[in-house]
Amino acid sequence: MSHLRRPAPRELQPTSFAFTPENLEKAKKIIAKYPEGRQQSATMPLLDLAQRQTEGNWVPTVAMDYIADMLEMPAIRVYEVATFYTMYNLAPVGQNFIQVCTTTPCWLRGSSDIVKTCKEELGIGIGETTEDGKFTLIEVECLGACVNAPMMQINDDYYEDLTSDSTKNIIDMLKRGETPKAGPQSGRRGCEPIDGPKVLKAFCGCAAADQPAEPKDGEA
Amino acid sequence: MPKLTVDGIEVEVEAGATVLQACEEAGKEIPRFCYHERLSIAGNCRMCLVEMERAPKPVASCAMPAADGMVIKTDSDLVKKARNGVMEFLLINHPLDCPICDQGGECDLQDQAMAYGFDASRYAEKKRAVKDKELGPIVKTIMTRCIHCTRCVRFSEEVAGVGTMGAVYRGEDTEVGPYIEASINSEMSGNLVDLCPVGALTSKPYAFTARPWELKKTDSVDVMDAVGSNIRVDARGSEVLRVLPRLNEDINEEWISDKTRYAIDGLKRQRLDRPYVRVNGKLAPASWDEAFAAIKEKVSGLDGKKIAAIAGDTVDCESMTALKDLMGKLGSANIDCRQDGAKIGGPRSSYIFNTTIAGIEEADACLVVGANVRAEAPIINSRLRKRWRMTAGDFRLGVIGENWDPTFKHDYLGAGPETLSDILEGKNDFAKVLESAAKPMIIVGMGALNREDGEAVLATAREIADKYGLVSGEWNGFNVLHTAAARVGGLDLGFVPGEGGLATNDILDGAAKGDVEVVYLLGADELDMAKLKNAFVIYQGCLGDAGAQVADVILPGAAYTEKNGTYVNTEGRVQYGWRAVFPVGDAREDWKIIRALSAGLGLTLPYDNIDSVRARMVEINDVFGSINVTRKAAWAEFGKAGVMKSEGFASPVRNFYMTDPISRASVTMAKCTEAFVKDAAAGKVA
Repeated sequence: MSHLRRPAPRELQPTSFAFTPENLEKAKKIIAKYPEGRQQSATMPLLDLAQRQTEGNWVPTVAMDYIADMLEMPAIRVYEVATFYTMYNLAPVGQNFIQVCTTTPCWLRGSSDIVKTCKEELGIGIGETTEDGKFTLIEVECLGACVNAPMMQINDDYYEDLTSDSTKNIIDMLKRGETPKAGPQSGRRGCEPIDGPKVLKAFCGCAAADQPAEPKDGEA
Repeated sequence: MPKLTVDGIEVEVEAGATVLQACEEAGKEIPRFCYHERLSIAGNCRMCLVEMERAPKPVASCAMPAADGMVIKTDSDLVKKARNGVMEFLLINHPLDCPICDQGGECDLQDQAMAYGFDASRYAEKKRAVKDKELGPIVKTIMTRCIHCTRCVRFSEEVAGVGTMGAVYRGEDTEVGPYIEASINSEMSGNLVDLCPVGALTSKPYAFTARPWELKKTDSVDVMDAVGSNIRVDARGSEVLRVLPRLNEDINEEWISDKTRYAIDGLKRQRLDRPYVRVNGKLAPASWDEAFAAIKEKVSGLDGKKIAAIAGDTVDCESMTALKDLMGKLGSANIDCRQDGAKIGGPRSSYIFNTTIAGIEEADACLVVGANVRAEAPIINSRLRKRWRMTAGDFRLGVIGENWDPTFKHDYLGAGPETLSDILEGKNDFAKVLESAAKPMIIVGMGALNREDGEAVLATAREIADKYGLVSGEWNGFNVLHTAAARVGGLDLGFVPGEGGLATNDILDGAAKGDVEVVYLLGADELDMAKLKNAFVIYQGCLGDAGAQVADVILPGAAYTEKNGTYVNTEGRVQYGWRAVFPVGDAREDWKIIRALSAGLGLTLPYDNIDSVRARMVEINDVFGSINVTRKAAWAEFGKAGVMKSEGFASPVRNFYMTDPISRASVTMAKCTEAFVKDAAAGKVA
């Protein structure tokens, strides 16, 4: 179990937390989405908001307490949620939080190489953060992008159809402070078949001749 | 009312009942870990699986509502196989440390593994280990044993009202505990030990002390507060080792407070195990005869007016009866059972908890005057909380006095009599709440009655009761909350000043002035002992506390676990406690000491066994004839209108963990005080 899934040591924990005015506005809007008396449902979006606000992209214990107060619930109920869902980091991570999927489909498509490349490029192991605080690398379970396997998530973006080279390229760009283009790195669009679209070609501007005739009215 | 068939037996259960309850109704035992009658349903241990006709899989009977026409099988091969499977999974990560586990012998997992476990494990991987949690001086944790039933989580949230426990992390890494290190700051935390079906939460003070089968179990009644919680005293040889709750739906359900449970280690220290007589300013050990002779020398020929007796907070009714009769024979009317000088003692309805504890569950608004219910009677506070939960927060609790935390949302109205008058005059918003409530109640605490203006406060409370319909028809919403287990019994026995007699404060002042020469303290320790310096003090009790310090003669009595005794709780319910062990050393049962003393003084009391004492009690007041029940007390005139002082009501309980000689001598209670009572002087529980 990664240290990110255990509360950060006391010396890293800030002593206070409050939403910024903009985030407080957002929080109010989020809370208002839920019916009267069900405000506790806002726990998860508020935790996310707190994580985005906190430097190091994590949820300190005081932030959980703050949310518990805001939603008038016992703090332990917020702790339970925050510790259950792995997307809430319980300890600070690097600016670029790299999550490489290593579940079966990605693994079959070579995720081991991606992990290896990341380790080599960053000089860190799984669950570690680079000394300059720029990168944290972890392995994760399926992120739901199997069709574009292998893939990784960096902060909010998916990088798919990875190879060792494209992974290296992405990391290099990030090191230089540039923003690599998110999505499939192989050139295909979204999750269409790797060798181009097979159906509805007219809609995507591909050769109309390849497309089967449109079914006539009444045909199934 | 759904009708269903369980193993061929047709049963009819209440609407809303579960299949598990229906099975129990049919006399079938369903194994369970997470299910508990008094907690919400979790349905996560899966041990209670049963087969239901037309259901594709076994169903968890605890979470399945009983419906008409269901056909349930509890002993089919499928059920047996399913439960065997569940048990195997539960045991995967459970350590095999029964020989060193305190739960051994009373462990649900151990028992059910006998019925559903395999003889050997098929699991060859590594077992997980979980770091133990530090939960304070009462609950010891060995979290590797935890099977995640979440009973403790639900108890602390629902009954205790402290959100300390939770199930954090997930899957294989799930841990039950507080996430960040925190003690369970509740006066009910000891119940977690009872609730835990395995040995994950065990009793810290009792750790590695005894096995359950070594213990002699005696049913008794608690005297640490005026609730009269039903307890079971477990003893081995001459030592009381633990106290457990006994089911009583009308009083404590199946909970007891931490003081009730753990103060008993105070009975091992500072015990008075032989009589003492003060010789040349120093207490010297003496025989019973010498002690009686010393008393006889002092009292013979003394005017009864110069003799007084005060009964303490934990004494039994038998000894108060004997002492009252003895004082009568000595010609003294100076007797009082109200150590704190509370202005109570009129008609019975003016000093008991008329609504009854179970009656709280019908109330829809409650005004608390001068009582910190959580510290003075945690069991009653948890009933109030239960009512609040039952009504989904509609139950309104108004508090006058200190702003204590009842663990749920309440209205703090004000500190003192002014607010009380406002309510009477309808100036406070809470007056409307009382007025509109169908069954409103008021709880008047000793903090409001042990003052000089106590009678005026009582009168005001009574006026409120009359004005807002707190007493109507069958409903009596007027309640006095006592802090002393002996108080209602004392008042019922008329252990109050007779014609021309002196009350507690007058006795103390008289003793200081020299008007009162002999003071008999029957387990009374909460007095200003400095005033008794000049008097000849006879102290009868079980512990060397304040009273024994100033005593000239000490008569060693029995603790509540060492005698058969009658106690009347704050509801006016007469209950018997039974002897679990014999008194230490030369100590004797208290009424017998007084009976022997009366013979020594040549004023022999007319009873030779406890039955005749009890017959005498019934003669004094016939409530002692009806055991374990509450009697409706007639609504009568009481209180004396007068001017109330402006100062706020202060609860008499400054530290929940230490309120009497036994709890003051207890090591566990001292540890709790250190851990939880941050500011003992301010009387905060939390």
